[in-house]
Amino acid sequence: MIRLMNEDTEIKSTPLLDCHRQAGGKIVEFAGWWMPVQYSGVIEEHQAVRQAAGLFDVSHMGEFSVRGPQAEAFLQRMTPNDVTKLVDGRAHYSGLLTEEGTYVDDVLIYRLAKEDYMVVVNAGNQAADFAWLESHLDGAEVELADHSKDTALLALQGPKAPAILAGLTTTDLSAIRYYGFAKGEVAGHPAILSRTGYTGEDGFELYLEPDAAGKVWDALLEAGAPEGLVPAGLGARDTLRLEAAMALYGHELDRNTTPWEAGLDWVVKLEAGDFLGRDALVRQKEEGVPRRLIGIEVTGRGIAREGYILSGKDGVEGIVTSGTWSPTLEKAIGLGYLPTGAAEEGEDLRVTVRKREVEAKIVAIPFYKRPR
Amino acid sequence: MYPADYLYSKDHEWAKVDGDICQIGITQFAQEELGEVVFVELPEVGDTFEAHDEIGTIESVKAGAEVYTPVGGEVVEINEGAAEDPAIVNQDPHAGGWLVKIRLADPSQLDELMSADAYERFAGGEE
Repeated sequence: MIRLMNEDTEIKSTPLLDCHRQAGGKIVEFAGWWMPVQYSGVIEEHQAVRQAAGLFDVSHMGEFSVRGPQAEAFLQRMTPNDVTKLVDGRAHYSGLLTEEGTYVDDVLIYRLAKEDYMVVVNAGNQAADFAWLESHLDGAEVELADHSKDTALLALQGPKAPAILAGLTTTDLSAIRYYGFAKGEVAGHPAILSRTGYTGEDGFELYLEPDAAGKVWDALLEAGAPEGLVPAGLGARDTLRLEAAMALYGHELDRNTTPWEAGLDWVVKLEAGDFLGRDALVRQKEEGVPRRLIGIEVTGRGIAREGYILSGKDGVEGIVTSGTWSPTLEKAIGLGYLPTGAAEEGEDLRVTVRKREVEAKIVAIPFYKRPR
Repeated sequence: MYPADYLYSKDHEWAKVDGDICQIGITQFAQEELGEVVFVELPEVGDTFEAHDEIGTIESVKAGAEVYTPVGGEVVEINEGAAEDPAIVNQDPHAGGWLVKIRLADPSQLDELMSADAYERFAGGEE
């Protein structure tokens, strides 16, 4: 289960590795980092996030700073969402696309101030993303810097997250809406408090200085324990995001996949002017999108996993991009791609699980929506 | 941790021999590696297998794994309890979480298996 690395590839550690070991975390290599995959167990951590709260270390994520008079124009040219609609204190979900309209990465963009943005990228793409942005500067008046090493990131997720965090900060959390953020302090340490996450629950992501991360981690766990807060690992993060049908780079998104195919049409603002990949996206829309992301529910006995072959209507084939046991629904679920004509909700499917065909069907996504 | 009267395979199965009946399950090490087991698929009574054949699958939240029989023979009993409540494989892998009982076709196949001490060293090296 642990991917072998080249001997000369150094595996990186977040500032919290000792905290994870102390908390009984099982440490594995993920995207070049030593990360906790679980503590008490994936299902228990998953349920805690759905019912109370969980605390994740996601310091492996990368953070870039994009500053200068042309920062907005540069990001507008490099991403499909409309950066000009962002105001100070607001973030949005977007992507870095190739000329072909396919994903270099999916990213979050924060507007810290008029000429000051933060771009948050996936750990495994950090170096490639930075090189990508740098190579497209074309003399723009932009200062691009990689702050990944000086930024720790905790995700406090679950219905109890606002109450737990409120006890450790003077920032008015009720004033921070979904995809809003504020600069403030948590447990006395400077932080960006962002109402975002990757679990389908309410919650916050806290950008911190690396030296403060361990103290904030401990303070949150102590303050949140009476509310049911537990440390949660990458295993639960994956089952949670999959129930919420949030795409994971390298699985649902890659350099062969467009936002149309991935069902991320809402991220693309064609009317907002030109951006890298726009022409290709316009063309694909005119010519027809060849395949679509689908939600899979396994109705037979088995679990669909990444890479398993799907067979749909009239024998057309597709592939599973993510699959797991859903602790909330107590059934096997997955995401995958099928040719557009066969990707209709309600259609029967078969998924090949270890040389055996198992019944499945196409269902609506997300699989889970939090009660509001 | 590993019962001294069991034998162990490199695929992390254990075998408990009683006359010509061999009870088979996965080891503590295997269940820890897999994590929470949510699905167990077993063969049917009467099926016959060669040593090292795949006799079933175990799926956890994180991953799936094949179960290989360390010995050949006919399946005489399966643990329906493990199929119905897969968590038993995590909670009690060396007893209540057993998987199948096989009537040994060739007792000499047991000679290829490891003792508890040898297995503990082997599993330690896999970590």
